[in-house]
Amino acid sequence: MTREATFFSRGRALPVAGVVLALLAGWYLAALLGNWNGAADALARAGAAPDVRGIAAATMAQERPVVPAPHQVVSELWRSIVGMPLGSKRSLLTHAWVTLSATLAGFAIGSLLGIALAIAIVHLRSVEASLMPWIVASQTVPILAVAPIIIVALGAAGLTGLLPKAVIAAYLCFFPVTVGMVKGLNAPDRIQRDLMRTYSASRGQILARLRWPAALPYLFASLKIAVAASLVGTIVAELPTGAQAGLGARLLAGSYYGQTIQIWAALFAAAALSALLVQGIGLAEAATARALGARPAGSAR
Amino acid sequence: MTRRAARIGLLTPAALIGGTALAIAAHRPGLAGAAGPGFWLAAILVWLAATLAARDLAALEPGHAAGRRLVRLAVPLLFGALVLVLWEVVVVGAGVPAVLMPPPSAVVARFATALPVLGADFVQTCLKSALPGYLIGCLSGLGVAILADRLPVLGRGLLPVANVASALPIVGIAPIMVMWFGFDWPSKAAVVAVMTFFPMLVQAGAGLAATGSIERDLMRTYAAGYSRTLLSLRLPMARPFLFTALKVNATLALIGAIVAEFFGTPIVGMGFRISIEAARLSLDMVWAEIALAALAGSAFYGLIALAERAVTGWHPSVRAG
Repeated sequence: MTREATFFSRGRALPVAGVVLALLAGWYLAALLGNWNGAADALARAGAAPDVRGIAAATMAQERPVVPAPHQVVSELWRSIVGMPLGSKRSLLTHAWVTLSATLAGFAIGSLLGIALAIAIVHLRSVEASLMPWIVASQTVPILAVAPIIIVALGAAGLTGLLPKAVIAAYLCFFPVTVGMVKGLNAPDRIQRDLMRTYSASRGQILARLRWPAALPYLFASLKIAVAASLVGTIVAELPTGAQAGLGARLLAGSYYGQTIQIWAALFAAAALSALLVQGIGLAEAATARALGARPAGSAR
Repeated sequence: MTRRAARIGLLTPAALIGGTALAIAAHRPGLAGAAGPGFWLAAILVWLAATLAARDLAALEPGHAAGRRLVRLAVPLLFGALVLVLWEVVVVGAGVPAVLMPPPSAVVARFATALPVLGADFVQTCLKSALPGYLIGCLSGLGVAILADRLPVLGRGLLPVANVASALPIVGIAPIMVMWFGFDWPSKAAVVAVMTFFPMLVQAGAGLAATGSIERDLMRTYAAGYSRTLLSLRLPMARPFLFTALKVNATLALIGAIVAEFFGTPIVGMGFRISIEAARLSLDMVWAEIALAALAGSAFYGLIALAERAVTGWHPSVRAG
């Protein structure tokens, strides 16, 4: 962790801005090149003389571009977030909320399950021996591919709406939590555990006073991964079942009708949501660390 | 010790034989769908026997390495067999309709009869879509990481961006890639390449930074240049990190290829088959595809893990396990 930190930090604002600018420039270039043929064809069909500057201008303002220009995506985002009334089918915020609620539900289920599993694994040897290999194996199953049938099966059982999506999100996010928490709960040294035993602390007390606080940094690190995975799970769960609302449904609808700009806007909304969720966990981590009286970040780890 | 050994010797065969008998009995015409309390009692007994056997087996500590490996293998196998048997027994015994949850036996039967279709899907999704994308993504991730290491300014700018990007829902770019590269496998390979790029970039970046300054100083005293140091010291030291990314990417690649097929495919491929068969409610075929995906994913993962063991035997995380 510390090595990584030194590798990534140190006066990075300027280089990051440079990379982001370069990405933007590359994006505009891609839009220019990607839309060139389409724009030239459209101009030729309209009977206009296809001069280079005309085509170049047209590549930036197409209805269904191959590569939408950044400002087109931004204006679509603005239109569908601010321009539409809240609760309308065409407001991106409505869709984002549908996705967010399922993500949070799945995240809650998954991380609670992950923590419970980790506690069981740390305390019961038979659980560890019989379950751990399957927990690892469960992650080689491409669960996202299974999403449609989970939704169909749960839907046939009368469960529709938020819960099936949350189940898939939970499946995706329990694993990092379990693995991280097993590591974290086992983090206290033998000496520390022995000290607790000399105080004649019960296993519950050792868990609450020693193992749990020691596991918190691991918990938050894995929660960050889990919340991002949970969002991916929800979005994919919205894809194949003809979901009416949600960012995934928005992606699929855009793909069916060739609405490229709508796809890109939904993607950016998803990215922003993901960044916000991870940021939120980071804030919770900082608050917890402060509440526990941790030293300032950096020295604690 | 002897009492425990006796218990294991009694409970394990009891659980195995009882489970098999139950699974066969469940299919008898009088029982299927109308199992009485006696049947469920027997199921619970089998479950208890298997759980106790697993507990005793897990507590066993044979003196020699082969025995330990056997125990480590036997316990999860017993658990997996228990899950399958209970699944079969509950689904058949309670008469759960096959559109909801087909019993494992039906899935296996379907798997056996649909082998040509499954084979074609495997070639399309795993070999044509996932594998090229995986190779492109991992190699370019490694290449960019080395470039970022060579040019520190680029590294400082790129790696935070990559860190953020690796948490993004990248599968979402699938519709765009389908639009750019068409319905066939190149669009899937492109999705997989982008998905696998960022984990490799982040891990390779961390791995290249994992060399201590003492080792680097030693290389400098040998008058080794950048590429010599990279090849002889830093890439070998980065191997554990690289393999972490390779393993993470192995599952990501399969997921990316399958999910990208939801956005339009030629009429072959695992993702295509899953969505089509789920819509037709023939869930045994869907589960057969899932079994195939699980097998392929585990095999891919296992191969990389084996390679990791062979190449990084010196590392503590491998030595301990």
